[in-house]
Amino acid sequence: MEQRWGLPLIAWPSRLRPNLWDLVALPMVLGLIALVAWGGIAMSARYQIGEVLPISLDPWRLPEYALRTVLRMVCALVASLVFSLVYAAVAAKSRQGEKILIPVLDILQSVPILGFLSITVTGFIALFPGRLLGVECAAIFAIFTSQAWNMTFSVYQSLRTVPAELIEAARMYHLSPWRRFWRLEVPHAIPSLVWNMMMSVSGGWFFVVASEAITVGGRTIMLPGIGSYIATAINQRALAAIGYAVLIMFVVILLYDQLLFRPLLAWSRKFRADPSVDEDNVRPWFFIVLQRARVFDLVQAGMLELNRKIDDALAALARRGPSVERRPRPERERLFDISLLGLAGAAAAWIITFISQTVDLGEIGWVFLLGLVTAARVLILIGLASLIWVPIGVAIGLRPHLADRVQPIVQFLAAFPANLFFPVAVVLILQFRLNPEIWLSPLMILGTQWYILFNVIVGTTALPMELQRAAQNLGVRRALWWRRVILPAIFPAYVTGAVTAAGGSWNASIVSEVVQWGDTTLTATGIGAYIARTTVEGDSARIALGIGVLCLYVLTFNRLLWRRLYDLAAERLRLD
Amino acid sequence: MSEPLLRTKAVSKTYQTPDHHARLVLDHIEFTLRDGEIVAILGKSGSGKSTFLRILAGLVPPNEGIVEYRGITVGQPIRGIAMVFQSYALFPWLTVLGNVELGLEALGISGAERRRRAVSAIDLIGLDGFENAYPKELSGGMRQRVGFARALVVDPDILLLDEPFSSLDVLTAETLRGDLLDLWDARRIPTKGIVIVSHNIEEAVEIADRILIFSNDPGRIRAQIPISLPRPRSSESAGFRQVVDQVYTLLTTEPGRDGRRGAKAEPIGIGFRLPDASVQQLSGLIERLTEAPYYGRADLPHLADEENLDMDELFPLIETLQLLGFAHVSSGDIELTPLGRAYAEAEMLARKPIFAEALLKHVPLAAHIRRVLDERPGHRAPAARFLRELEDYLSEEEAERVLETVINWGRHAEIFAYDYDSEVLNLENF
Repeated sequence: MEQRWGLPLIAWPSRLRPNLWDLVALPMVLGLIALVAWGGIAMSARYQIGEVLPISLDPWRLPEYALRTVLRMVCALVASLVFSLVYAAVAAKSRQGEKILIPVLDILQSVPILGFLSITVTGFIALFPGRLLGVECAAIFAIFTSQAWNMTFSVYQSLRTVPAELIEAARMYHLSPWRRFWRLEVPHAIPSLVWNMMMSVSGGWFFVVASEAITVGGRTIMLPGIGSYIATAINQRALAAIGYAVLIMFVVILLYDQLLFRPLLAWSRKFRADPSVDEDNVRPWFFIVLQRARVFDLVQAGMLELNRKIDDALAALARRGPSVERRPRPERERLFDISLLGLAGAAAAWIITFISQTVDLGEIGWVFLLGLVTAARVLILIGLASLIWVPIGVAIGLRPHLADRVQPIVQFLAAFPANLFFPVAVVLILQFRLNPEIWLSPLMILGTQWYILFNVIVGTTALPMELQRAAQNLGVRRALWWRRVILPAIFPAYVTGAVTAAGGSWNASIVSEVVQWGDTTLTATGIGAYIARTTVEGDSARIALGIGVLCLYVLTFNRLLWRRLYDLAAERLRLD
Repeated sequence: MSEPLLRTKAVSKTYQTPDHHARLVLDHIEFTLRDGEIVAILGKSGSGKSTFLRILAGLVPPNEGIVEYRGITVGQPIRGIAMVFQSYALFPWLTVLGNVELGLEALGISGAERRRRAVSAIDLIGLDGFENAYPKELSGGMRQRVGFARALVVDPDILLLDEPFSSLDVLTAETLRGDLLDLWDARRIPTKGIVIVSHNIEEAVEIADRILIFSNDPGRIRAQIPISLPRPRSSESAGFRQVVDQVYTLLTTEPGRDGRRGAKAEPIGIGFRLPDASVQQLSGLIERLTEAPYYGRADLPHLADEENLDMDELFPLIETLQLLGFAHVSSGDIELTPLGRAYAEAEMLARKPIFAEALLKHVPLAAHIRRVLDERPGHRAPAARFLRELEDYLSEEEAERVLETVINWGRHAEIFAYDYDSEVLNLENF
């Protein structure tokens, strides 16, 4: 950095001198480092399967539990980031890679997240015998699966849509592939990656809570965290403790929103080519702290320097070997395709034999029927939620000032893990002796309905003022206005919201079709309950069957219903 | 004469159409750029002039032939050749300084030296004070200045300019062009040669020492016009006007023909690349041509100037008018035919049959679509069917554009109808 001091032209050196803002920022950074160290030690503690980690319902222990939960979230987020960049880069740069990776990603996306937990937890425990780390990894992996896939899709899309002239400019000015990736492709991907990441984290709180108390083969393992706190509270029928947990979750999500979500979004705006799409230019307070504090400039400069060193090293390596121009070889590609098909066939055959060894045909049919029941629930609930939230969303969206205020609240509600409220529902059902088959169903959509509301508001605010004025001018009112003006206008946004809500509901079915309160268990018939039961029993063939069938349903729904609605929305009802 | 800066030997380029036909885009181009020369390349859209520039840059490999820079074969972007892009191609997340420095950074030039050179390039191009601005804060003209600074900072021998002024408004473009020429004439930049692709004839005549005119389908060098007028050149001078007229004449007449298209010209096929012109614009131009001061006949440079149309806007219209038999073009003048006059004088509804008749007679693709629809029992045919036929002749993108154009013309003429939702052409309501 020395050479920069001699340059009077730009105020470069003084940028790296510490200032007042560092007083705010520095403790935060140091605190973060300490937190990671503490978490690391706690996570790798000794542990034998069967041992019960004591979870105390003392509310003063909750901040510690919350920290452990947040740490899990952060680990999963970092893993998802690394995964998405690597996976998407390979998929976007290699034709062969693309052929496998993208369809695989599409399937992974439709596997229920808690299903991953059921399948992988035993493996992770075996990976770190005698340590808690295995269980931690399983929980982190479950959260990872709730974030990684759509982040990866977003990076892949971005990498495929880098403007041709920018690529040409990068080549013209001799950027190495490594440098091109970090200076062109990643920055181009950042706005949509950050948005997707933040949305995924919002969805992730649900799974953090659900994945901390894991039951494997009849044994329950509870990782210290908010999720386990709740599970313990449920066991002991401690309604007050659930109230505390809700409170602390509220604080955690608020902090996440203020300290991470808003600053990151504001930062990512810098990477947009088109400034006109900026909704609001208000800079969040924490972002200003970060911008003003010198310690972050130092970090940034350090990262750039590191990147440069790596690039130089790579360049030196590249100079040694002669560069070989790769040409597509059709016969090799064909061979690749054939072996791929063979592999897929073998895998399918293996799965079928594995399942059919323990499960008879009748049960498979039964599981399909269970899937149908859950599917009916999902569809009916989406319909009901739409009936409620579409009019409300439109009403809010038509009042821009109100919409500005409501929007963050809805985002917050979507992030709030709905499973915290499940016990309340059980208490109510027991109290009024309601039918669990019907009254457990709303739990599925408790957390995901907000996506419908959120998107309807966005869609309504996006309706050009001129169109509204024109409709008024023509005297279009009431039913005609709904049919011809507002419903077509919000349709694309609504479909996006409904798809997200439906996907979330399928996922939630695993935890919402079987709900406990103390020693009372309420069960609704459905594939979610089937998966939950077989997971508790540790019956791997049946878990695989349940998850496989659920996957098939989700895929079918995506292809037959949502994809078509999407295309319809994209083709006919765009507002441009 | 010393060794040429840049030379191509028999450069050809073919593209694959979607169904694996090869389409020739550039056909044996022999080109030389000499020391101290500015060459402008003009041609209609689809003449492959942009592709040619990218081959010179080493961005696109030719299928045949070679490009040599000072005797070295150009296979990929090399030092000594820099490029300025039509849409600026600036990195939105880097400041002006960051953008200009990027090329130096990639060349491994160290911090202090890099900064010094970047700042002096920024000063040279008149951007001082904006070092720390992001591109999105700047106007188009300022952004393109960054594009020039980024190119000049690496001290290139050769500057390749891909329509660098075409995204700018007239005044901004003129200022920037003037500034560039001043730097060049005063030898304040080390650049030894410039190749510029343009669609603005006056721009080319103003700055070039030599104009290359490309013909269409496939791109060939149709003509070379050396310009020895002293700089700065006044666009009002007789010499200037003469060159402009010459260029217009060359661009509006087909090689080997007498300049008239109609019964005598060789017939076009269904895969003909229909010009991109809307019926509204065509009607507007015909009406304009019947009025004062033209009264049915106009000098093309004059028309372009008066009506504020640049080459990319005017030429497709003119080509369509010729195609439909509404006008003739010869030696840089356009003249309405009796049919064109009849169209102009007709009422709105009476125009449609005239247009329809011309379309069916002179545009084989339109006639073909109508014939297929007539023959089919349900009088319906999916648009994709015709798209596939067009893709035998044109690139995917061009095929779509041509089909869209003919559908627009056909719908206006009411020789067939089109349903957007099902993407089906039909004869409903006829």
